[in-house]
Amino acid sequence: MSIARWLRRLILACLLLVPALATAQVADADAQQLLTALAESSFAGKKAVIGRIAGSGDERARRWLEAFADNKLARLESSGRFVIVLSNRGRNWTLADALTGEPLGEVSRRDVDTIRINNSLRNELTSVLSVLDLKSPDPASRLAAARALRGKVDEGLAERLPGLMADESAPAVHQALEEALAIYRVAEQGDVQAVATLSGSLNSEARAALRNATASDDPVLAQAATRALERIEQKLKLNRAAETLYFGLSLGSVLVLAAIGLAITFGVMGVINMAHGELIMLGAYTTWGMQQLLPGQPGLALILAIPAGFLVAALAGIAIERTVIQHLKGRPLETLLATFGVSLILQQLVRTVISPLNRTVVTPDWMSGSVMINEALSLTLNRMVVIGFALVVFAGLMLIMRRTRLGLEVRAVTQNRAMARAMGIRATRVDILTFGLGSGVAGLAGVALSQITNVGPNLGQSYIIDSFMVVVFGGVGNLWGTLLAGLSLGTINQLLEPWAGAVLAKILVLVFIILFIQKRPRGLFPQKGRAAEG
Amino acid sequence: MWLTRPLQERSTQVFLGVLFAALIAVTALHLLMPQDSALYVSAYTVTLLGKYLCYALLAVAVDLVWGYLGILSLGHGAFFALGGYAMGMYLMRQIGDRGVYGDPVLPDFMVFLNWQALPWYWHGFDMAWFAFLMVLLAPGLLALVFGFLAFRSRVTGVYLSIITQALTFALMLAFFRNEMGFGGNNGLTDFKDILGFDLRTDATRLGLFLATGIALAIGYVICRAIVVSKLGRLSVACRDAEARARFLGYRVERVQLFVFVVSAMLAGVAGALYVPQVGIINPSEFSPLFSIEIVVWVALGGRATLYGAVIGALLVNYAKTVFTGVLPDAWLFALGGLFVLVTVFLPRGIAGVLQRRRAAAGPREATA
Repeated sequence: MSIARWLRRLILACLLLVPALATAQVADADAQQLLTALAESSFAGKKAVIGRIAGSGDERARRWLEAFADNKLARLESSGRFVIVLSNRGRNWTLADALTGEPLGEVSRRDVDTIRINNSLRNELTSVLSVLDLKSPDPASRLAAARALRGKVDEGLAERLPGLMADESAPAVHQALEEALAIYRVAEQGDVQAVATLSGSLNSEARAALRNATASDDPVLAQAATRALERIEQKLKLNRAAETLYFGLSLGSVLVLAAIGLAITFGVMGVINMAHGELIMLGAYTTWGMQQLLPGQPGLALILAIPAGFLVAALAGIAIERTVIQHLKGRPLETLLATFGVSLILQQLVRTVISPLNRTVVTPDWMSGSVMINEALSLTLNRMVVIGFALVVFAGLMLIMRRTRLGLEVRAVTQNRAMARAMGIRATRVDILTFGLGSGVAGLAGVALSQITNVGPNLGQSYIIDSFMVVVFGGVGNLWGTLLAGLSLGTINQLLEPWAGAVLAKILVLVFIILFIQKRPRGLFPQKGRAAEG
Repeated sequence: MWLTRPLQERSTQVFLGVLFAALIAVTALHLLMPQDSALYVSAYTVTLLGKYLCYALLAVAVDLVWGYLGILSLGHGAFFALGGYAMGMYLMRQIGDRGVYGDPVLPDFMVFLNWQALPWYWHGFDMAWFAFLMVLLAPGLLALVFGFLAFRSRVTGVYLSIITQALTFALMLAFFRNEMGFGGNNGLTDFKDILGFDLRTDATRLGLFLATGIALAIGYVICRAIVVSKLGRLSVACRDAEARARFLGYRVERVQLFVFVVSAMLAGVAGALYVPQVGIINPSEFSPLFSIEIVVWVALGGRATLYGAVIGALLVNYAKTVFTGVLPDAWLFALGGLFVLVTVFLPRGIAGVLQRRRAAAGPREATA
């Protein structure tokens, strides 16, 4: 027992050492010798040399062999130096040293003696090259190479694969190689055992091989393949459900971001701010402006846009509060109209000052791309960041409302203004700060939205109705309700989309909310107790 | 009779007098003046004025629910557009085989979409009486169902406003879809004639203008009759103290529902008269912006006066025509500014200013 363990450790240690050795380059003299052999042997001899080069473990080997396959590996007649042709246009060719990689500039093409190759060698090279990556020290590139092999395995490779698999240490790569081999066996040899290996695979090549196998003459194979396909379909369905859920959460988090500021101004303060959407737009334009100020650094600009967007929107919100809303206290319908006027003015202002056209906001590198969970499911990174951002903003707001003096004062003023003032709270100051906070959060929503939709003058308008729906659905004055309402509405929308279409899904959601409000006029989580009065 | 009661009122008499005088004046100037005279009113202007009168009727409908019932509807554009679509469907069927594709039954856009048969809801619209009935019934039914649900569960105030806005927004999205069978994005257009009269002739245009004027007069009288009746006083009671009205034993939701449906029907009539004059109806009439614009006409004119709504609609739309002609960019600034200034500085609108003047001149007339 203990010996077995000791042995296993020894093997593991060896396996760990192999990549370390592989990074080393073979001595230049050896390399020179290998290349000379390649240049001077017969075509039959070259085949053996290719094998030696590939087996040398030299990290430059790939480059040599690729150049060789492209007719770009050459020797200078004058010096005997091996070079790689970078450009073979015109009379002078651009070269680089094959051993050191140093650029050699342009050399007359008469001096360049290309190493000759034929088609059978080329075929050999393609299979050697694909295996070469499998020996790379980097597990990620080994995995990519192994995945690329699926469906492309030929007879020669199939013989070599079991050996490669035995050497392979990373389980993911091992599995990919196993699948590649199994695809070959199912497709070419009708191997029933191999079907079992494929039954968990999400790869499209594997599915194609199984689908072909279902039509096979061998009833055992056909039945096994059908069963395997069914299992795969099941798995795919699960993945699709996960993807829909992800899109739903992503849409939902956008809704939460757009609505959470409104939940403060409308829900807590009771002020209807129809210009809320335009505050979101201001946040998005701040991001754009930041990126104009810091060209070439979209990531930094985006980070800076977070406080800047908050400030711009908060100041704009406070200006609206001071000039318009405070004069309309206690007249909610008039507030609605006046702030709608403000929203029209802000929209037109952006159209006139900046442009009526959409602006492009650059997505920084660390936010683009996607995370691959498995082959049927990959999650885009920018949406993931937005989901995270929405949750952070929500948590921050929650903290402010529950744990700070401001939050306490806000709750006091909303519940009983006169009494709060009698207790020494300066209600006007609380109004300004609360409205600024809600507006600032709208600005944050704008910064996030700039990463996933177009930034244009109509940006805010398209979110205002949705935002109000979310707040009303969740229950006015309840931040948790807003979070739950936003996420669930987003998910419902995404669930409906596949069979109803995007527009109809939106209509259905609106109708659903309208009906829901009839049933529960105060939303999912109605306020209770004193806060419910007034 | 309850309908004729407002005719004995001084304010109604003045309103109707001014309205009919204007109608006659425009007709006379259009028909009698030579074309090169400065006083000549062109057919274009007649149609434009007709359009304003449609808006005025719509504003009266909104004022009825907002001013007297306290319900700020941000979705009256939906009722207007539904009436317009009912009329548009009738006009489409009147085109017959004169369309681009020459199909005797199917409108052009359906041929374009490769539809083989008329959808069931398009049947009957070739008959004028049915279409005109639908002008009243389509918005009326929507208002009935929507109002029944909303008022029964006591959704009021801001919530109701936002829901009405969502309603018109949802309808806009729906009508934008080609599959709905209402022409999608482009809506209904290319109308040829109405009741056998060619829509492009000046005489038909003048006729439509006069019809709109008369419809406005009738709509105004109906609203006024409701307002001065017991029902009207009850609706004001619901507006000012809903809970108290309910405790006194009145069925508040029934009052609200009745007035809301009447108002929606009036809006539908306004839409139906609007469509043949502008020659097109498309989903943009459902846009929340349009509905909220109507409210600002009423706010500018002064709510709960009815005639104020008419003044506001005419003024704002005249300003819109002028602005969009001269300074297209400035119109939204002006409209936005109007929203803010009216609500902050003129809470009772122009009518409020007029009333204050009169109150200052002689206290006895102030209650008229």
